[in-house]
Amino acid sequence: MSQENIFDTKANPIDMDSGKYVRVWQGPQHPGITGNMAVELILDGDTIIDCTTHVGYLHRGFEKLMEGRSYIQNFTVVCRIAVPEPAFNEYLYAKAIEEICGMEIPERADWIRTLNLEMMRLASFLMWIGGMSGAFGLYTVPNWTIACRDYVLDLFEEMTGGRIYHMYMVPGGVRGPLPDGFEQRALKVMDITDKLLDQVEKAMYNNTVFKSRSKGLGVIPKEMVDPYGIVGPNARSAGVKRDLRKDEPYLMYDQLDFDMITGTDSDAYDRAMLRLLETRQSVDLIRQCLKRMPTDGAFQIKDMPNVLHWKVPKGETYVKAECTRGEYGYYMVSDGTEQVRRVHVRGPSYTHAIAVMEKLAVGTNIADIAGLMVSLHTYPPEVER
Amino acid sequence: MIDTLLQQLEQRFAISNINQGRKGLTNCHVDKDKAESMLRELRDKHDYVHLSFITAIDWIEDNIFTLVYMLHNFEQNHSLSIHVDLDRDNPVMESIHNLWAQGWTYQRELKEMYGIDFPGSPRVDEEFCLEGWDQMPPMRRDFDTVTYSEQQFGHRDGRSTEDPREYMRENLYPERGGDAK
Repeated sequence: MSQENIFDTKANPIDMDSGKYVRVWQGPQHPGITGNMAVELILDGDTIIDCTTHVGYLHRGFEKLMEGRSYIQNFTVVCRIAVPEPAFNEYLYAKAIEEICGMEIPERADWIRTLNLEMMRLASFLMWIGGMSGAFGLYTVPNWTIACRDYVLDLFEEMTGGRIYHMYMVPGGVRGPLPDGFEQRALKVMDITDKLLDQVEKAMYNNTVFKSRSKGLGVIPKEMVDPYGIVGPNARSAGVKRDLRKDEPYLMYDQLDFDMITGTDSDAYDRAMLRLLETRQSVDLIRQCLKRMPTDGAFQIKDMPNVLHWKVPKGETYVKAECTRGEYGYYMVSDGTEQVRRVHVRGPSYTHAIAVMEKLAVGTNIADIAGLMVSLHTYPPEVER
Repeated sequence: MIDTLLQQLEQRFAISNINQGRKGLTNCHVDKDKAESMLRELRDKHDYVHLSFITAIDWIEDNIFTLVYMLHNFEQNHSLSIHVDLDRDNPVMESIHNLWAQGWTYQRELKEMYGIDFPGSPRVDEEFCLEGWDQMPPMRRDFDTVTYSEQQFGHRDGRSTEDPREYMRENLYPERGGDAK
């Protein structure tokens, strides 16, 4: 792809009056769409010649809401920014406050947070595998993976009291220690997940229909990665070795034993395979955390702030973590009052769902648009915030 | 390495308010007219190839919008947060859609949410999240969300609470004025 083509946005106006083309909307309510967003497609036969992403169906003004609430009240807001993966929002929001306040949290809390984030990654990938399989007409696999995700949600419920929104990681540590017997129950779920992933590999990844439809679909050339800000598995699948867990280790990732997984083909199948491998890796990391984390010691700092009268000193920071889709970041500015001055949430879907999606959709068959969209792994709420 | 770069930027682009955040993050200010060329140089000559995001902060008390460009260098694992102040009464900034292909999306959102214009940026006037919006850009500090929602959606009575005993009596024995006997 030439440099000019990379930056090309809607260069050729399409003559809709010619009668040669048809305009079709997919979404905002559609089984083949990732959440509530829409793509407006212009078709020449069944080939897409133009794609426009429309967002806004989920805009709840989270960033504006946060400016009018106290720091602790915002914990109920941030987790809703990425529904299948709220823990990264909690962690980053807490981490940003800790950085501005200069808080050092106990090691045990760091381990629990690492475990929590890996469990979140596992739950999110299980949901994604189901979505990807469904987008290509294989409706058995989603039933398996969603059921397995429920076992992981059971673990979250034990750990935090909540299944989806946990509000567990607070500035200064976590809300509570792990319950008794958690390790044994978590290991049992990991064994179930291992077996399930073997079955998924046979039923989905070795399926001829899935292979033939996803191979060669939505290829992201390596030279697109930097101009489009592509991150996470979408970039790694193009052979770009970038993973924040390795590049800028946070929490306890520098003490865990794992390799960065990269791909070569950069198509929908390659991205799907990479995510399956990362799901297996996540299971391994959860086992490592459970084995190595301390079972006693403080899980919060000694002097937790009085959250009702909590003033965060003046300052600003940008913190980030590697979520299932890549770099997830929180930019926070405090003006020294009881309310945050500005929070900007950087979600990977912002570029994957709009600029990248609009680029890759051109030339695709309309039957594959759902598969393409899911293969980019986008969540609309983090686009609109 | 980073110190040398900051010195160079200080000489070439007169960056100011250099502030070392945590390890791997530096904040600085640059003038509006030098920002685009500095961003271009950072991308082309210093490996700051990744644009994490562009956002804005409304400092209404100073009549300023601060644009924040977050660049990242993967070789050095270093992020540079570049702040550019704009006059709040006439917020216009040079577009960087030719530097990063997703830049126009951020600029389109900033136009809608803050009213900051980026002339020449593709589709900058298209609606992003808000459909048919005719009010002040909603992320500005002086946009009052409560007043807006009251005007837009009207008042709705909240739930009322009844005393169960009185309520049952009144409904069961209305002819006796709620007297059970």
